[in-house]
Order: sequence, then structure tokens, then C-alpha cells
Amino acid sequence: MIRAENITKRYADHTALNDVSLHIPKGSLYGLLGPNGAGKTTFLRILNQIIDPDAGQVLLDGRPLQRNDIARIGYLPEERGLYKKMAVGDQSLYLARLKGLSEAEAKKRLVYWFEKLGMESWWDKKIEELSKGMAQKVQFVTTVLHQPEVLIFDEPFSGFDPLAAQQIREEMLELHRNGTTLLFSTHRMENVEEMCTHIGLINKSRRVLEGSVADVVRSHRTHRYTVAYQTPDGSPLPLEATAPFHVVSDDALPSSDWRTGRSLCVQLTANEGLNHVLSALLPHADVLEAQESVPSMNDIFIQTVQNAAS
Amino acid sequence: MNPIWIVAQREFLTRVKKRSFLIMTLLGPLFFGLLMVAPALLASLPEGPKKLLVVDHSYLLVGEKGMEDVVYEFLKPTPEALANGKEILETNAEFDGLLYLPPSENNDPDYILKNAKLFSLEDLPISLMAGVEDQLEQKAYEQKLRLEGVDPEVVKRAETNARLTSVLMGDAGEEENSPAEFKMILGLAAGYLIYIFVFLYATQIMRGVIEEKTSRIVEVIISSVKPMQLMLGKITGIASVGLLQFIIWVGLTAALYAGLSATVLADAFNPEVIAQMQAQPDSGGMAAEVLSALHSINYPLILSAFLFYFLGGYLLYGALFAAVGSAVDAEADTQQFMLPLTLPLILALLVSMRVMDSPDSPLAFWFSMVPFTSPVVMMTRIPFGVPYWELGLSMVLLVLGFLGTTWLASRIYRIGILSYGKKASFKDLWKWIRSGQ
Repeated sequence: MIRAENITKRYADHTALNDVSLHIPKGSLYGLLGPNGAGKTTFLRILNQIIDPDAGQVLLDGRPLQRNDIARIGYLPEERGLYKKMAVGDQSLYLARLKGLSEAEAKKRLVYWFEKLGMESWWDKKIEELSKGMAQKVQFVTTVLHQPEVLIFDEPFSGFDPLAAQQIREEMLELHRNGTTLLFSTHRMENVEEMCTHIGLINKSRRVLEGSVADVVRSHRTHRYTVAYQTPDGSPLPLEATAPFHVVSDDALPSSDWRTGRSLCVQLTANEGLNHVLSALLPHADVLEAQESVPSMNDIFIQTVQNAAS
Repeated sequence: MNPIWIVAQREFLTRVKKRSFLIMTLLGPLFFGLLMVAPALLASLPEGPKKLLVVDHSYLLVGEKGMEDVVYEFLKPTPEALANGKEILETNAEFDGLLYLPPSENNDPDYILKNAKLFSLEDLPISLMAGVEDQLEQKAYEQKLRLEGVDPEVVKRAETNARLTSVLMGDAGEEENSPAEFKMILGLAAGYLIYIFVFLYATQIMRGVIEEKTSRIVEVIISSVKPMQLMLGKITGIASVGLLQFIIWVGLTAALYAGLSATVLADAFNPEVIAQMQAQPDSGGMAAEVLSALHSINYPLILSAFLFYFLGGYLLYGALFAAVGSAVDAEADTQQFMLPLTLPLILALLVSMRVMDSPDSPLAFWFSMVPFTSPVVMMTRIPFGVPYWELGLSMVLLVLGFLGTTWLASRIYRIGILSYGKKASFKDLWKWIRSGQ
């Protein structure tokens, strides 16, 4: 869908993006990750033609991005807001018309959305009369109203309480299910892997990693497994049970766990699997839980950055 | 639809729908009128006459009762009179001051005046002091004449008054009465109005830009329209508000004028009456002159020039004010950037005071060519008549000027609106102008 090729953007005193190439496939839910100041916002602004790159180009469906492509893109910037003293209906209409919708069409869609979200009574209210959450709802509607094929959110979860952030997440997932291509940036990497289909990592203005979440995780597998178990007398496993493996740790379950028992962490080789561990353990203990320990996106990020540095 | 047009439409409608627009538009002419008349009204506000105690050892003011706003109450000029007078002044609220004239020495009136004093518990109006001073001067003058053996009455009879009627000879040989005072007033008023309008509406642009920045809507908008389009739309929209307001004002004034001339001034605008008044040597002459001047002015030229210079000046400064708005986070931070913008405007106003006296001087010429001052200065010159080539050149330069400032401003604007937090300096602005994008 979107292909950014060798994007470079320099400001007077620093380089914001250095030869960054990213590919956002059609229908993907793409997470653009990286610490603060990595260049994420600059990249999203370039996609929205708010600023132009010094070098490189952006392709939309294979051809260079053009001015009228803005009608196909919806953008919710990190610094977002609405006219405080303008009526909700009026400014929603205004923003929709700026995106190229006719007044009649914009009105029709707004009426639909306002009904759907129970916002009919807000039409003549000013933004300053609404609560923060209500204003965000309006903002969301104005962003998606022109039914863009691509939606771009810059730090969509920042500045929200957990409940509101959860609501936004659900709306994003629904849009994704309906086939919209979504791209969002975040500097908080927790929980991103469950939500995204694709990720790109930017650090210090360079791309350090990109791919589908499955591929990225697969390539960062450590073949480490964790098993929670319980022996009849509560003692650790006998040596003969764990002998075939490299044991990383074998500790009592943390006191916060509601179960009593122990947790074993083992390191396997690429040819072995969970079955090997289970068959060795089952004669000696009840297995409460077993899983492969996959590195979190945060771990992957730190590891990638460290590897790049060394 | 062109996004500039959509933006302009919003800017126009949100302002015109406001109640303050209606009030300002309807009451504006009244307000401006009051602004001009108020000082005169206040000054002429009837205030009870002040009462002065007078201790006159030199008998300079003998027989005088006072003036319009001063009443004299004489104390017998005994040696203790001054001390007594001061006591009365302190205890008796009826009196506002004590005028003390010492005994004269060698019959020298100047000595009296040099040592005259006015005691009071509170500050007295300057006009009162000036009035008393005038009267003392007149008395001393008459006394000096008498000392020289001249009768003041003779001097009074010999006094005379000259008044030149200036007549401009036009190219076609026609002669035109040219009452310079009236043109001065008209020119200065037009220049002053341009100054106020440019400030009024350019500041509105700046406020609008700051509002969009602080409400954080600006990045949402420029993901749909180019920053340049947003800026131009805003400038166009607010210009239409100004034009609409101006047209209504002109219409109201014209209606008022028509109404007045149909009733109260019906006689005054009758050519026969004017001719009659001109024939009278003294009192009616001045009024007739003003009236004939009112008729001799080229109103269509002045009105269209006013519209042009208002728009030109507004566009020139408006773009720069937009740039200032984009560079700051709050209106309080605009001070440092406003100074270089307000200075040329204020300078233009000062220059036009001089231009009134000599509308064809090199000073007048150059300041009516430079686009930053030409709207105000040229408007001051136009009632006096300006060669068409000068007018044309000045207009072309103004158009070039606002194209230039718009270009400059847009380069600051496109970066400024996305910069938060850090306070921008002139160095930053320069960097933004030069940086390519």
C-alpha cells in the first residue's frame, strides 16, 4: 500500500530521518515503534505531505504520492485538537470539506456517525462545552469520516486514561477488521505485539527492524521454555528428570501466584520442542502450565539496538 | 472546491456571525465620530467657574471681574493681605486659588509678572492658568503702551487681519478653491483610518493563527490543505470581513449624510446659499469655504484609493502578522516580533503629520513609495492631488511588497505552526526562511 524509499530529512541542527525505507502492506495494522525523538512523527508528517523529505520518495499503490491523495488518508496527529469556540457540527463539516467531501455528502455521513455514537445532541454545542472524552470522540469521527483507505495515528494512546485508550484500541481493531490499512506510532512497546500485524522499529533516525510480527518474533526465538509444575511433596524435580536439558532456573512460583508449585526455565536447541520437556517431566510432577518464552517487543528492540551499536 | 475558498469561508462566517461584529459594524461610525469629538466635548464641558482670591498690590487687574471660567474676588492689598488670603484659602472651600501680584518696582510691569504667584491646594486646570496668564500679559502690554504714551485703544483700532484664499490653477486653466485645512483634515483622517484598519484586521489574523496553534487543530488542518493555502484562506476571509464592514460603514455614512442634507443642512448645500455666504466677508466665509471644499474633493478617487491602500496595507502586514502568530505559543510572546512591524506603521503616521504641510516634498514622495509606509502616507497626500504616475508607481510597489511579505511569511508560517514549546528567536525565523522543504 505505502512504500517509503530511502527517506532522509534533515533539520538545521539534526537529521530526523536517515535513509529510512518502510513498507506498510495493504490491510495491515502497522505499529511504528521507537523511543521519543527517533523520527516517528517526522515520518508520519512526510506521509501526510505536511513536510517534504530531502531525499527519497513515498509510493502509494506503486506511484509517487500526490497532493490529492490526502483524500485517501486520514491523520490524527499527536498534537490534536479542535476549535474551542466553534460548534461541533460546523467544524466537523468544515474538516470533512477540507478533505474533499461535498457539503451534502459530509452532512449525510456525519448524521450517520453522530447517530451511531449517540452524539446527536452535540451538533450545536461548542467544543469547550464538551468533556475531554467527548471531544476526542468528535475528533475520531472527523478523522475517519471521509472513509480513508489509510489511517495514520501519531501516538494514539498518549494522554488518555486506560479506559479511553482501550476504547481507541477497539475502534482501531474494528477498522482493521473492515479492511482499512492502519499505521500508528508509539513509544510504549507493551502490548503492541498482540495488536499489530506488522511493526517497524526506528532508532536514532534509522530503521533498525521491520516485518510482520510473526516473522520478527520467529527470528528472535530463543528456544527457551517455562513450565510451572507441582511435585507431590513440593520439592524440586529430581536431577534425572532435568538432566537432558540446560536448566536456566528452577524456583518456587512467586508468592503473587495463586498456585503453589515451582517454575522451571530451560534452554533447548533448535531441534527440540515442548514435547521433550513435558515427556521428561510428566513421570515426576503435575504440569500446571507450559509455554515457550518469546521475547517481548521491548526485549527485541533493546537487543536490536544493542546489536546495532556493537 | 478550492481549499483556500473553504478556509476563507469559515474565517468569514465565524466572524460575521459574532454579535460583536454586528455591534461594531453598526456602532463603529458612531464610535469613531465620538472618538474625534469626545476630547473637544470634554474640554467644553461646563464646569462651574473657579473662584480666585486676588491680592493685587500693583493694581494691574483693577476693574477686572474675571473671565468665562474664573471669578476674581479682590482682597484689600494691605501688607497682611497675602497671609490672610492664604488662611482664607485653607479654611474656606469656596475658593480654588489665590493670585498674588507683588507691588511694582520702578513702574516696571515685567517685574510684577515675573514675581506673580498662584497659590492653590489642588492642581488647577492648565487652561485656567493660561487664561489668567493671557490676561496678565494683556494688562501689562497695555500698561507698557501707556508708559510709552500710546493709547491702547488706538493700537486696537490699528489691528488688522489678513486671510489668503489659495487658488490652484489646474491644467485646463480652471481655477479651484483650495482650502488646505480641509484637505489636511481629510488626508490625515484617511491615513489614520488606514493605520487603525490595518492594525485591527492584521491583529485578527495573528489571533486566528495563535488560536489554531494553541487549540492544536492546525496539524489536523494542514494534513488536508497546504500551510500556504491555510494562511491565504485566513487572510482572504478576514479581508472580506473588513471589506463588508467598510462597505456598511460607507453606506451608513452616506445614508446619514443624505438624511441630514435633506433636513438640517438643506440650506447649506444649496449652491446659491454657498455663493451668498462666500460673498459675505467674514463669519460666513469660513463655513462656505469648507462647504465648497466638501464639493470640490474627488470622492470616487479617495474612496477607491482608500480601498486599495487598505487592502494592500492589510495584505502586506497581515501576512507578517500571520508569521508572528505562527512563531509563538501565546499572544503574550508576540511582543518582541511586533515591534519591527509596528514601528514602520507608527513612523508612517508621524511622517504624515509633516506631509500635511508639504505634500509634495521628497519626504512625502519617498514615504509614499515604500510599501511599508505608503498606505498611510499616500492617503494623506491624495486629497492634495498626486500625479498619476506617482500613484501608479506606489500601487505597483505595494503589490510587489505584499507578494514579497506573503512569500516571506509563508516560509516562517509553514514551520512555525508545527513548532511548540521552544520560544523562537529572530535567528530561528531566519533559519526557517532559508531552510528548504
